[in-house]
Amino acid sequence: MTKQEFTITVYTENHIGLLVRIATMFSRRKINIESLNTSPSEAEGIHRFTIVINETEDVVRKLARQIEKQVEVLKAYYNNNDEIVWQELALYKVPTDEIAEKVKVERLLREHGARAVVIRKDYTIFETSGHREETDKLVEVLAPYGLIEFVRSARVAIIKESKGFHEKLKEFEQAEPGEELVENEFLDKQDEVFTM
Amino acid sequence: MSTIEEIKTTTNPAPKVICSDKGSELTGSQAVLEACLIEGVDTIFGYPGGAIMPIYDALYDYNDKLKHILVRHEQGGIHAAQGYARASGRVGVVFATSGPGATNLVTGLADAMIDSTPIVAITGQVFAHLLGTDAFQETDVINITTPVTKWNYQVTDATEIPAVLAKAFYIARSGRPGPVLIDITKNAQMQKFSYEGYAPCNHVRSYRPKPIVRKEYIEEAAALINAAEKPFVIFGQGVILGKAEKEFKAFIEKAGIPAAWTILGLSALPTDHPLNVGMLGMHGNYGPNVMTNECDVLIAVGMRFDDRVTGRLDKYAKQAKVIHLDIDPSEIDKNVKATVGVWGDCKETLPLLTKLVNTKVYPKWVEKFRACDAEENKEVIFEELHPTTQKMTMGEVMRNLNDLTSGNAIIVTDVGQHQMVACRYAKFNQSKSNITSGGLGTMGFGLPAAIGAKFGAPERTVVAIIGDGGMQMTIQELGTIMQTGVAVKILILNNEFLGMVRQWQQLFNDRRYSFVDITSPDFVMVAKGYGIEGNKVTDRANLKAALQTMLEHDGSYLLEVMVGKENNVFPMVPQGCSVSEVRLK
Repeated sequence: MTKQEFTITVYTENHIGLLVRIATMFSRRKINIESLNTSPSEAEGIHRFTIVINETEDVVRKLARQIEKQVEVLKAYYNNNDEIVWQELALYKVPTDEIAEKVKVERLLREHGARAVVIRKDYTIFETSGHREETDKLVEVLAPYGLIEFVRSARVAIIKESKGFHEKLKEFEQAEPGEELVENEFLDKQDEVFTM
Repeated sequence: MSTIEEIKTTTNPAPKVICSDKGSELTGSQAVLEACLIEGVDTIFGYPGGAIMPIYDALYDYNDKLKHILVRHEQGGIHAAQGYARASGRVGVVFATSGPGATNLVTGLADAMIDSTPIVAITGQVFAHLLGTDAFQETDVINITTPVTKWNYQVTDATEIPAVLAKAFYIARSGRPGPVLIDITKNAQMQKFSYEGYAPCNHVRSYRPKPIVRKEYIEEAAALINAAEKPFVIFGQGVILGKAEKEFKAFIEKAGIPAAWTILGLSALPTDHPLNVGMLGMHGNYGPNVMTNECDVLIAVGMRFDDRVTGRLDKYAKQAKVIHLDIDPSEIDKNVKATVGVWGDCKETLPLLTKLVNTKVYPKWVEKFRACDAEENKEVIFEELHPTTQKMTMGEVMRNLNDLTSGNAIIVTDVGQHQMVACRYAKFNQSKSNITSGGLGTMGFGLPAAIGAKFGAPERTVVAIIGDGGMQMTIQELGTIMQTGVAVKILILNNEFLGMVRQWQQLFNDRRYSFVDITSPDFVMVAKGYGIEGNKVTDRANLKAALQTMLEHDGSYLLEVMVGKENNVFPMVPQGCSVSEVRLK
């Protein structure tokens, strides 16, 4: 099996220390986390981790199960890039005089869908979002014009097939879960699964 | 409090608030001890220190209800709690102070984690306002113990204590059990709060202790078994942890399938059961290893295909359809791909499976195991149990011990050659009788675990079988025996070497014996210093009588037996080899 990019989406309680617990799942297998984002989720009080790694599906499946086994984790999903819609946000700081004088820069920014967040005498900060190749491309383009600073956020991703976590959460809150929560559902349809 | 009895006997008690004096003012420390009482704890192993002093101060008043065993080192404390848990089937509890007290628990936590032992460890911590300031005896215990605990939590406010401890006990013992650590800051221990009672926990929304059992997978499994011609069952500690010994026996007896055990599954099935074909793995029996690669359906029950069991994975049971029953979904397909994964508690899944399998016998198939036994007996076992060498063997010590205990004793082992020999040859009639450090292989486990086992099963004889190396790792626990008078029979098998490493150096490193030549003190004299009777045997003629004296002695006893220095444990599946390449010499 070949390595490819996988996005792991983990729904958790919002508790101190959980980040370490999840991070050690990767570090103990010596797997580098390419990107990690934590945020609230669609369900109230439930936290959502979005983790990107480069691994074989076999390893990712085992990892997702070991993550899901943690007491404060409700669910862990893994998806390849075809199964999700994702974005990363990037910020670029460039000298304002360069921008003001050189029309070409402005055109480049338009072409890259960037917008100005802050404009000061000495510098301007642009923002853009998109896939890594897109945000990387703008770095390349801005470099000749004295790019002062660049930063990119972790990936945030939406699973195309997901119906959200509201209903699942209700199930979790019940002492006796219904069939919906039967966690070996994937055994029925191993090819089309995106869930654990 | 009459409700305490009920809770002791049920696995997951109903969440009813239990309180003797609702609305009364308690300190955090008292709330900790109330929680222990309501959870049915009768014995706590521990060691006091600065940051846990408020709990120890409260313990002073609970002395009549909670027995506290003062160990000599926190590692001894947690291993004792493990021994207690494994012998009794209940949660083991250990107290330690902050800093070094807490870090000394780490080995035991890792051991309990990998061997699925239910432990609640309570550590003191510096005052909350000092957290993160490198205060005296402050360590970040939560982050240190995260990878080796099933769950951990730091309490900085006493009002959290009842709910947190309820969750701790629930998580430790439910599902696949494991260690839980609760770190309590000193201010929370001292803080007074209005106690609203204790509600045992039986549900945490983000935690599913047991996956739901799906009938279709049971049916698929039964169909595979019914069509099999050479089915083979391998079982682990899941059978014991699930309290499913009867269900397991009923299953293999109806299906007529030979069954072999992992080192932690040992004693779940009586040694002399006609379908018990022996031990799996690196130093397991010949038949089970070879037949793993000949069977057509391999049925794994409550075991996790550890590398010491499977040997080389890409040559492991490739010809077989694999059915894997486990309570922990992350174990299925982790090492060995299952044809059918049956998720669930084997207490529930085994009876469902038994109902669907045909009543069968496989005399020819079982005969193949027995033929292997005969060969192993000729090449290895007979000489090990009835040696013609001048020096004694570990096997003959076990044979004599079996004759005297008739398989009724709890055997606690340390780690190394003696462990393999003891597990290979010890006889067992009842479950929860074999206590050993399987997954982590913790030398020094034996003596403290035996102390804990005796407290967990006081009516039973507890024999700790320990090597000369392991004995010296936790020898300080003789002090615990001295002070408590707990009756542990210590049997040291002394080969004057770190024997297992020496065996590997002999076989794989051209006899380059690098730092395995270990000297020992006069163990009998050391024991005497601790007020423990002892004896040393160097001559075969005295062995049986000495063992008898040890067992009949009123109280603890240390017997050192000098065995051959360079004896090896066989059979052996060398590392990186397939189970069918098991060597008899």
